[in-house]
Amino acid sequence: MRIGAPEESLPGERRVAVTPQSIKKLRELGHEVVVEHGAGHHSGIEDEEYAAVGAQLVSRDEAFAAEVVLKVRPPTLAEVERMKEGAILVSLLQPERNPELLDALVRKKLSAVALERVPRITRAQKMDVLSSMANAAGYRAVIAAAEHYQGFFGPQVTAAGTTPPAKVLIIGAGVAGLAAIAAAKALGAEVRAFDTRAAAREQVESLGATFLQVEIEESGDGGGGYAKEMSKEFIEAEMKLFRKQAEEVTIVVTTALVPGKKAPILLPRDVAEAFKPGTVIVDMAAEQGGNCELTLPGEVVSHQGITVVGWTDLPSRMARVTSKFFAANVAALLAEMGSGAAFRIDLESEVIRPALLAHAGEALPPPPRKDPAPAEAKRSTKPPPPDAKPKQEHITSPTRRAWGTTLAGMAMIGLLFVLGRFAPAAFLQHFTVFILACFVGWQVIWSVSPALHTPLMSVTNAISGIIVVGGMLQIGEGLDLASILGALAVLFAAINVAGGFLVTQRMLRMFRRDGPPSDAGHGGHR
Amino acid sequence: MNAGTVTIAYLVAGVLFIRSLGGLSRQETAGLGNLFGMIGMAIAVVVTAVVWSGGSGDTVVVTPTALGILAGATTLGAVIGAYLAQRVEMTGMPELVAILHSFVGLAAVLVGISSYLAPPDASTPLTPAEHVVHLVEIGIGVAVGALTFTGSVVAWGKLRGSISGKPLLLPGRHVINLAMALGSVGALVPIVESADPWQGLPWLLGITALAAILGVHLVMAIGGADMPVVVSLLNSYSGWAAAAAGFVLANDLLIVTGALVGASGTILSIIMCRAMNRSILNVVFGGFGTEGGAPAAGTAPEGEMREIAADEVADRLKAAKEVVVVPGYGMAVARAQGPVNELCRALRENGARVRFAIHPVAGRLPGHMNVLLAEAGVPYDLVLEMEHINQDFEKTDVVLVIGANDIVNPGALDDASSPIYGMPVLEVWKSKLVVVSKRGKGAGYAGIENPLFFLPGTRMLYGDARKSIEALVSLVRKG
Repeated sequence: MRIGAPEESLPGERRVAVTPQSIKKLRELGHEVVVEHGAGHHSGIEDEEYAAVGAQLVSRDEAFAAEVVLKVRPPTLAEVERMKEGAILVSLLQPERNPELLDALVRKKLSAVALERVPRITRAQKMDVLSSMANAAGYRAVIAAAEHYQGFFGPQVTAAGTTPPAKVLIIGAGVAGLAAIAAAKALGAEVRAFDTRAAAREQVESLGATFLQVEIEESGDGGGGYAKEMSKEFIEAEMKLFRKQAEEVTIVVTTALVPGKKAPILLPRDVAEAFKPGTVIVDMAAEQGGNCELTLPGEVVSHQGITVVGWTDLPSRMARVTSKFFAANVAALLAEMGSGAAFRIDLESEVIRPALLAHAGEALPPPPRKDPAPAEAKRSTKPPPPDAKPKQEHITSPTRRAWGTTLAGMAMIGLLFVLGRFAPAAFLQHFTVFILACFVGWQVIWSVSPALHTPLMSVTNAISGIIVVGGMLQIGEGLDLASILGALAVLFAAINVAGGFLVTQRMLRMFRRDGPPSDAGHGGHR
Repeated sequence: MNAGTVTIAYLVAGVLFIRSLGGLSRQETAGLGNLFGMIGMAIAVVVTAVVWSGGSGDTVVVTPTALGILAGATTLGAVIGAYLAQRVEMTGMPELVAILHSFVGLAAVLVGISSYLAPPDASTPLTPAEHVVHLVEIGIGVAVGALTFTGSVVAWGKLRGSISGKPLLLPGRHVINLAMALGSVGALVPIVESADPWQGLPWLLGITALAAILGVHLVMAIGGADMPVVVSLLNSYSGWAAAAAGFVLANDLLIVTGALVGASGTILSIIMCRAMNRSILNVVFGGFGTEGGAPAAGTAPEGEMREIAADEVADRLKAAKEVVVVPGYGMAVARAQGPVNELCRALRENGARVRFAIHPVAGRLPGHMNVLLAEAGVPYDLVLEMEHINQDFEKTDVVLVIGANDIVNPGALDDASSPIYGMPVLEVWKSKLVVVSKRGKGAGYAGIENPLFFLPGTRMLYGDARKSIEALVSLVRKG
């Protein structure tokens, strides 16, 4: 297949649908790739880099005339006209915003794969451009906030005074929201996040942010990782919560999207005005109308000292990396469609079919939705909380244990006195040696490095072969039973002595270190 | 040679043995420690040989027959020992250690019986009290020796796999054990009362047999996952057996050495038990599976195990700055330690920091993983113990779990119904990505489902560990 990648025509769009890495992969799949001159320029990819991986640089017409066309933004009607009849188009399409586009695609008998409709199932994760773009956008939104915010994110302690950390509110903890939380956290801010889906709590908290909730029980899970629209009572409670937050928070990032619809208004004019002057609101839903009533899509507006950033091109503002992600997602999608001659549109595929808007001159209705159950917080599939401590068995108080030890020790001493009273002197002498040796061993062995426990066992194997001495003393003059038993004891003990020492030596020779042998404390047990 | 010289020689040997064990506190001094041990042993054997050959003037005059027997037995034993030491694979260390324990036990039995038949210093008559003490010492020595012997042989069989790792749980087994122990004590009475050794011998053999059966029964009841504790315990028993032989022969060197070894084994057992949050008694009297059959009661985790392909793992590894490898017994079984070292080197050349996290009960022997990694050539300062690396997982990009299961089970921390609840584990799930190399789906050695495999940050790399790691090495090297 001949795959073409034209330059994006939407003003301000810097991304491109192919990168040298993705072209490499596409060529491995047996495709030929043509790229429009200068297509990657705004993403920092020059024509030579494309040529170096075997792509052909062509004119705009030729790029659109390929059998498969890869784009980032939905094509204009004029661009659709440039395409070959029956060709495949892979791009974000968003037909709900431009119904005429769908007609044009059908008329041209194109197979149109809408990247935003790739289902959110595990297998298709690597093709999910919405997630990879949202991730970048969430990060960029916080950077945008920092740009317009006249203060520090992290706490400062200087000779000229101290400032507390900025308080950041992230509304919507989807992919973008989580990325924003992580970015704001990394800048040192105190972050709180709100989401109508209970499943988000755990993810929010795992990033070290506080999860806010309203006092109404209602799940906002709308399937596929999106939230659904909520009831009136819920929204009232939500507004109350935001007004309360407005007293403290000075940076807000809103990320709420409902698929295929206008973004919900979460910060109506009066709520937005409740924030303190100097507050920065970054509205990531600006392109779909915005979550904030003050938002002007594509603009930065200032209203009563509050700055509202309504940029619609957040991912494009970091085009170098987002092009790379986008192209990788697209390449993975093409790989899903088969390599070389086996490349085709599979109407049965659970990944491709839902994304297919039009095929062979017909508009395809979306297939019955079978979203996998969203990852709910099942007890058994969540990692234990970070502060989970193993509950050790002995729960008796230290005092009680100390008493127990003391009593046992006293009983032991009492027994020893009884023993001392009745046992023969020679025995007691040996017994003294025995007990002292036990204590010496106890002290010495605790300092053995756990890494050397196997050599410890083999060396104790060897020295317990000292019983060879006992065997030797039992060998008498003649070949009586006692002598033979003694000799056998010598035999077995000698195996231990030789085997134990030699294998220990062999093992110890294997241990070699990497760094300079300076840290004497390494591996010490306690 | 007079008695004083012998005592000093034994003292020197004893001190050398202590130095030998003390040397093992650090890798740098360990080799020297082993040398001390050898010197101590040489001194002890030579001095004993001189005493034995009549050097002190009043005992036996050495006969050619006796000399031949001694020389023959020593040489043969040394040759067999050296052969074993050269031949053993590092993966087979647990078996070697277990069988060597059994030899000490056997030698203790033989010395005990032999000294019952022919007391070493028959010239000086014993007082009645001393006589009783002596016989009791023999009884204890023989019993501990026999228990160590058969227990170690069974442990050896279990480690080799020739005996099933499943615990054998006879009904009323605690009663059986108690009866056998009491029977052994009871058999001491006729021994003390019999005038002639040949008359008491059947009773002594009876003690031996009872203790031997007890040893078999005790170890048969212990599950395969508890093997590190069992081997440590048998290590301590072999020490106590040697010490008991020392009491029988009134030989302080044997007593000291036996006590050292006994203490060593006890400490290892304690460390292992702490690492599994179990009490020694719980392990000794058969722990796992006692509460209602083998399949553990823990709830089956929900969610799906996500598979990952080797090339994706390689990409993630190449991008990673911090990598931690968690080896388990599966690595030893697949003999993957060589490829693991290759992978470690490739990643380090790539600029990543690679470290190894060792759980105290990983493998079938305390410290087993360290030896395997050392054999493969992994520098030991990259190999860290659980308590030193657990807090670093949060900063780790990729954790590679190779053939380990229960030691990375998060259920041990948060699932009170899990049979291993409370056991400290390696908290690998805190890292950004966990890749588990595993032969196939299924529960671990202890038969417990592992929720780790179902976590969103975990990916499964199915297949033989050796082949998987080799594939990763070539993919990482390819660049």
